[in-house]
Amino acid sequence: MTPPVLTSTGDALPRPEGLPGIVADLSSDQRAFKNVPWGKAMMWIFLVSDTFIFSCFLISYMTVRMSTTVPWPDPSEVFALTIAGHHIPLILIAIMTFILISSSGTMAMAVRFGYLKDRKTTFILLLITAALGASFVGMQAFEWTKLIVEDGVRPWGNPMGAAQFGSTFFMITGFHGTHVTIGVIFLIITAIKVIRGDLDNGRPGFMTGRKGKYEIVEIMGLYWHFVDLVWVFIFAVFYLW
Amino acid sequence: MAHVEGQQHPIGIYLKIWGLLFVLSTASYLVDYFNFEGYLRWSLIIVFMLLKAGLIVSVFMHMLWERLALVYVVVVPPVLLLVLLGIGALEADYTFFTRGIFFGAE
Repeated sequence: MTPPVLTSTGDALPRPEGLPGIVADLSSDQRAFKNVPWGKAMMWIFLVSDTFIFSCFLISYMTVRMSTTVPWPDPSEVFALTIAGHHIPLILIAIMTFILISSSGTMAMAVRFGYLKDRKTTFILLLITAALGASFVGMQAFEWTKLIVEDGVRPWGNPMGAAQFGSTFFMITGFHGTHVTIGVIFLIITAIKVIRGDLDNGRPGFMTGRKGKYEIVEIMGLYWHFVDLVWVFIFAVFYLW
Repeated sequence: MAHVEGQQHPIGIYLKIWGLLFVLSTASYLVDYFNFEGYLRWSLIIVFMLLKAGLIVSVFMHMLWERLALVYVVVVPPVLLLVLLGIGALEADYTFFTRGIFFGAE
């Protein structure tokens, strides 16, 4: 009995670029997304589904706003604030926008310092991101309180105009605020993992046997940037229309 | 990128995009502040919105550096939403028209 001769299976095939690359990747054996961890691919796919949910809300909002014969309340006035004697339109929403963009900036840098294995800087940047997110939710709570208590806006009607204003406003900003809140919670969890060194030691998370790696910071970042992205659309079509 | 783990880019690019997003947000706020109306308002709002969205997705979410298969899987399906948008607009116009007929004569 002679041992079987080992045959070389050759090196991995080169990955084509461009359109042939898309076809080759998606039709290939075992995995379609060649150079991303599966957790990241799954987060992207979740975000695509979330895009559809938010788009359904925003498109329904467009439909009810275009079809109502009652005048729509002017968002510029509804969300105006008087600060130090000056009446400034939409100022609270502008501040919220800047806060969320800043938190996206700190998140992007946290991802970078994470891959550099700079635990302390990543931890601090994640906490800043969480703090900015929490202040965003706080300002949203203030905005809702003002609208409900002072202006008498209800999901079924309001004194300023079309009844659909309240229902779409609470639905869209409420759903977005929920996303921000969940994001803040997971930012804090990720920050704790980073500072404890879980991602260096490969310690598994509490709900998974998967080893901790710095890619979870990037995956967290994808979610957080998406929340900012949705706000860009809400800001444009709800507040500026 | 072959030997580097994950997405690593110079910090300068994030700061530049951050600054650009601030400028674009300020610009869209000013559209409201100065009370631009009509098509000017709409085109400015939509342009700023799409620019901001593009910057966030391409740089902050690293789409610029991903392989095309992932980019297409993520970016192409939402294009379908334009159909829903069109249907919504048509339906809204029709509803507005019929409401005008039924309630307009009061």
